[in-house]
Amino acid sequence: MRVADYLNILLFNREYVNIKIGGSNNMFDERKLREVSKERQRWETTKVPSWIERHPEKKNKYSTVSGVQVKRLYTPEDIEHFDYVKDLGFPGEYPFTRGLHATMYRGRLWTMRQFSGFGTAEQTNERFKYLLSEGETGLSIAFDYPTIMGYDSDHSMATGEVGQCGVAVSSLKDMETLFNGIPLNKVSTSMTINGPAAMLLAMYIAIGDKQGVPREKLDGTTQNDNLKEFFAQKLCLFPPKPSLKLSTDIIEYCTRHLPHWNPVSISGYHIREAGSNAVQELAFTLADGIAYVESTLERGLKVDEFAPRLSFFFASHNDFFEEIAKFRAARRLWAKIMKERFNAEDPRSLWMRMHVQTSGCTLTAQQPVNNVMRVAFQSLAAVLGGTQSLHTNSFDEALALPCEEAVRVALRTQQIIAYESGVTDTIDQLGGSYYVEYLTNKMEERAMRYIDRIDAMGGVSSAIERGFFQKEIADSAYLYQKEIESRQRTLVGVNDYTVEKDWVPMELLRVHPEVEEEQVARLRKMKKERDNRKVKEVLDKLHDETDRDRNLMPIIIKALKTYATLGEITEVLRTVFGEYRELIVV
Amino acid sequence: MTAERKIRVLIAKPGLDSHDRGAKIVARALRDAGMEIIYTGLRQTPEQIVETALQEDVNVIGLSILSGAHKVLFPKIMELIKEKGMDDVLVFAGGIIPQEDIRDLKRIGIKEVFGPGTPTGTLVEFVQENAKR
Repeated sequence: MRVADYLNILLFNREYVNIKIGGSNNMFDERKLREVSKERQRWETTKVPSWIERHPEKKNKYSTVSGVQVKRLYTPEDIEHFDYVKDLGFPGEYPFTRGLHATMYRGRLWTMRQFSGFGTAEQTNERFKYLLSEGETGLSIAFDYPTIMGYDSDHSMATGEVGQCGVAVSSLKDMETLFNGIPLNKVSTSMTINGPAAMLLAMYIAIGDKQGVPREKLDGTTQNDNLKEFFAQKLCLFPPKPSLKLSTDIIEYCTRHLPHWNPVSISGYHIREAGSNAVQELAFTLADGIAYVESTLERGLKVDEFAPRLSFFFASHNDFFEEIAKFRAARRLWAKIMKERFNAEDPRSLWMRMHVQTSGCTLTAQQPVNNVMRVAFQSLAAVLGGTQSLHTNSFDEALALPCEEAVRVALRTQQIIAYESGVTDTIDQLGGSYYVEYLTNKMEERAMRYIDRIDAMGGVSSAIERGFFQKEIADSAYLYQKEIESRQRTLVGVNDYTVEKDWVPMELLRVHPEVEEEQVARLRKMKKERDNRKVKEVLDKLHDETDRDRNLMPIIIKALKTYATLGEITEVLRTVFGEYRELIVV
Repeated sequence: MTAERKIRVLIAKPGLDSHDRGAKIVARALRDAGMEIIYTGLRQTPEQIVETALQEDVNVIGLSILSGAHKVLFPKIMELIKEKGMDDVLVFAGGIIPQEDIRDLKRIGIKEVFGPGTPTGTLVEFVQENAKR
């Protein structure tokens, strides 16, 4: 079905809409509304039953993935108290339901940003240059697990993992190779890094210094959302308190020195991928956002100094309209929180700028080419939801890291939406749809109920300690799995429409074990050749400053410039902060 | 009918990756099928996994990994299992594991490798049929 057809079905039917200027708060004339109600009842008691008798509906109950009951039809009755100016407003204006900017995609498309990284820094550098030449507009680095966990490639825990799921970066040397020939004033770079975010950002700053790019020109994002690590992505290095301290150090440092950098990308994506539903994703992400704002305010910064640079990251899952409603509700709810709870005044402090990635966990290993279609619908939902930036998954990702051809199809999917579909010609295309407005309200209400519960528990940190999020997410994941297995939910190619033999049109990407050997050899050589006296001095100083609870960004930049490694720096921090022990909630 | 000892299963996450959604779903499904489940938590070394299996006296070990390190870590785990004389323990694996690696993993004693989309019912049946009690 084309989008235009959806619009025909869903947009206001002018006969029923009678906008009053002044007077009552209701958008709908009460007399007309009663008429709609009467007509609907007539339709439901006469037309529908006689039709159903001959053509029964497929299910007794319809619901979104998050459990909102879906009715057969939505009418003005479902948004009876709808107030256009208050609930939607205009693009670029409070409460931003219709979009962050006045002209949205008519002026500037979203950033097409493909997360990538594998093997050695040289290999990923080549992939970056390829993506830029194919029309990508921003880089996004995937690091390997040792890097993410703060281990050097030669650490025993790194065995078998080097370069497997991302690029290995153990020192400034690797980062120099990664950005060889890529001027930092010409790209924006997103780094999916949390525990060691300070170190990776420091490396980026150091490269900027070398290239002669001033810090105020550096453009990009560090994920740096350590809170969600404890219950969603679970790549934690330090206990919650020092983890939040490090996140806040980066926010504070960037506010003062890197005005174009997004110091944190408050992430629902991992919450969703771990198994939550859309409402939980929305609520838990915003709760984390509240915690970062509170923690930064405690440093003495004013809300309007740092709030404009807070950014967000969401998943786009299969349930098309629920996802669109989620993005719209997210913007509106965050604007209200910033305005009402934190008294922000700068309009940009109320902006929820978001990056969206299509949902990895919806991709199937069975009939993998079908994933192209899943990704297309999910990315369309993100665009109709008004995202600022988008990553489309490659169809072979349930099998391996994506190969170059699959990445190209993923990027082309975005370009087809942008240039062929026509959806970018107007703003918030589904605004005013009875169903989408109803769902948007539902998402906001239900998310707000969760946020109130989390506040009552004493905030995010206490909720983490109680295992609240972990249990909520594990329950939703199990429920979803059961719905698939009982065939309440159809997964094409998995529990229905299966085939004997799958067709994969190209060879999967393999990362060869030599990558690890080469990387380890290079690292050991570098450690021999650097000035080890200087390294020791700076690491001692780092220990000292960590003890004194200073903002650690400046000393970490200094340390990395002596070629002290990621692992060495993390080790110092582990000594002072301690190591996190997982709270296991099955 | 004699009271049969419940099947004891260790669900283990070797490697550095943190994708525990599948492992937790498998743990719950096997528990709901009447088995006793021990879940290790994330990032366990081969030594820690085999030690836990020994101490908990399990009949079955399920290994879950998505990082690509199975080629190095699974053989280590299987070696340690042999060393400890735990030959009667059923070992299966799940995660994102390329087809061409599965043959090698079976050769070293991993009975079956399950990919994404496997119904939990298939796993329950597999464990019930193959676990030695």
